[in-house]
Amino acid sequence: MELTGAQIVVNALKKAGVDTVFGYPGGQALPLYDALYDSGIRHILTRHEQGAVHAADGYARATGKVGVCISTSGPGATNLITGIATANMDSVPLVCITCQVPRVMIGKDSFQEADIVGITTPITKHNFLLRQVEQLPRVIAKAFHIAASGRPGPVVIDIPKNIQVEKTTHVEATEEELHMKGYRPLYAGREEDVQAVVNALRNAKKPLFFIGGGLVSANMTDAFRHLAEKTGIPVVASLMGLSGYPTREKFHLGMPGMHGTYAANMAITECDLLLGLGVRFDDRVTGEIKGFAPHAQIAHFDVDVSEINKNVHTPLRVPGDLAWSLPLFANLAEVNPQGLQAWQDQVMTWKLDHPLPYPKNATGLLKPQEVIKAIDGAKEEDAIVVTDVGQHQMWTAQYCNFQEPRSFITSGGLGTMGYGLPAAIGAQLAKPGKEVWMVSGDGSIMMNCQEIATASEYELPIKVVILNNRGLGMVRQWQRMFFGNRYSGSKHEKGTDFARLAEAMDAKGIKVEKREDLAKAITEAKNCPGPIFLDVRVEDDENVLPMVAPGATIDHMTE
Amino acid sequence: MKHSLALLVEDRPGVLTHISGLISRRGFNIASIAASSTEQADITRISLVVEVENKDELEQVIAQIEKLVQIVAVIDLTEEDHISRELALIKVAATPEARADISGVADIFRARVVDVHPESMVIELTGEEKKVDAFCKMMEKHGIIEIIRTGEVFLSRLPESAVQTAERERRY
Repeated sequence: MELTGAQIVVNALKKAGVDTVFGYPGGQALPLYDALYDSGIRHILTRHEQGAVHAADGYARATGKVGVCISTSGPGATNLITGIATANMDSVPLVCITCQVPRVMIGKDSFQEADIVGITTPITKHNFLLRQVEQLPRVIAKAFHIAASGRPGPVVIDIPKNIQVEKTTHVEATEEELHMKGYRPLYAGREEDVQAVVNALRNAKKPLFFIGGGLVSANMTDAFRHLAEKTGIPVVASLMGLSGYPTREKFHLGMPGMHGTYAANMAITECDLLLGLGVRFDDRVTGEIKGFAPHAQIAHFDVDVSEINKNVHTPLRVPGDLAWSLPLFANLAEVNPQGLQAWQDQVMTWKLDHPLPYPKNATGLLKPQEVIKAIDGAKEEDAIVVTDVGQHQMWTAQYCNFQEPRSFITSGGLGTMGYGLPAAIGAQLAKPGKEVWMVSGDGSIMMNCQEIATASEYELPIKVVILNNRGLGMVRQWQRMFFGNRYSGSKHEKGTDFARLAEAMDAKGIKVEKREDLAKAITEAKNCPGPIFLDVRVEDDENVLPMVAPGATIDHMTE
Repeated sequence: MKHSLALLVEDRPGVLTHISGLISRRGFNIASIAASSTEQADITRISLVVEVENKDELEQVIAQIEKLVQIVAVIDLTEEDHISRELALIKVAATPEARADISGVADIFRARVVDVHPESMVIELTGEEKKVDAFCKMMEKHGIIEIIRTGEVFLSRLPESAVQTAERERRY
């Protein structure tokens, strides 16, 4: 059997279990698009390549499967960059197929040529530039394997146009071809490493779990839940790990760090054993590193050896897949024979005495926290909540409850404004039966608002709530706190009417300007069969609190 | 402190750029880097000398390099018994009166004069980095016109290949 390169790509995608791809065609991608036409693979046409890559990312985060996006060469491929970097920072498995000018044109500054392998090297787990059509079967198979295994991440495959049209009889990769000398994703580590943590736990009076996105991507949240219940050890969760343990659980203390809860930050500061699971001790969590967990021995379970001891001194290191280490640890784990009662009481006192600040009996414009609370009250318990980046993102992390893994989708590491809408599209396409809410701000939504048209095109019932404070709230908060109220370049003097913007792209739009209109609008959003956008006018100058100032230790919070 | 790392990598275009980019992007310094083919057709060996502050930094550099998909093995030869060599070509200003002194010093260092011009000489020297440094210092008074150095390459004295060493020492 002889196939073209493009046909091989399509077959390999099917073999990898791909049912949906996100993309945007162009000159160098035409042969591949022709092969996709009657392939049975669903192609979602976004309105911008950045939309395609974020949608593939949302699809991947909602399912745990590899997300796939396709672009043409040059500007099509460079438009993927922000999305690839976003996925790389948050360890999201993606395969991005960028098409390239024909091989003989490479290096000639040809029309729509960009060195995409060179550009993406620092922001991908791996990348490939195809040189011969015979490489295609093995490259695609390897790309999916690399993207999904070990610590997941994005992989770019750059396919010159000539390779898409060339024919070959070598249409399947052999076992030998699939062997990679250098790539050995870690699975099992050393049992003695786990045993060392078990021993430390037995002696600890104030142990604390710190869970992150790695727990979710390892699909170990059920096992963790049992472990947390069995031991009664309190839990804090990074932004990426928030949905890794049901937030309504008594001993879930919320998120630590810059906008963390009082209880979470104090628990880290006072604990004597910090058990990190699939986390990376990001600076937004640790604050001033010298004062982070000052009384604790730190234990770190992670599939990526290079994460361990990178940011914080870590004496108890457990490299290995959580699917290996967590069950082993759970079997052996026993808490201090004297019990954890005093410690549990302490964390509960912090939790109850220092709840998140909430505006009571507010008058005037709606407070953003009220809006998030209203969404939390209306949404299904298993709804997927997606956010953009900024104040609304932190309020969503603080005030929304997440009872299931993969129910909170947000750009954590890179902090990509404009991520939310396309990611929500990907999540809704992946989970058509689930309710999908997307919380955004008037800054973020504009960064990919062209994707309203995509949501309309595919009739996706995404409920978008825009907290409209006529400016860039998080920037303004910092300018208020650290730059003497000098609002440099952070105000939208002429507000955009997002309801009308939505209507222009055939979606439903509602403007909410008064407190009494909020509940009705939320109900309408809940029942809307297609995409709906609530443009909610909120207080301009609300701060996200608590806040740890940059450079401060996390026990120094403005509440 | 300087550490001598032997990297065995799958031979593919851009691999040297990838590794040097990774190290500088992570904020570490490369003292020298040299790449060459090996006894295995599809494996390139990169001799890398990195400057790190402490053991934690060294572990981090190694872990970051090992994470790259095309890396087959990383071996730290610093503490191992090994041979280290660098090749230097040094062009020294050499008037006829200075030639004898230059040749004499070259002999002491077991360097070779490989070219002579009415106004200059080119000396070839192989040895450890310190030896090359010392020779260059001796030539300064004559006036060094240009120097080219390959960067250090190193090989362990064990009766096994670096890949075998890596397999033996692999912890996970």
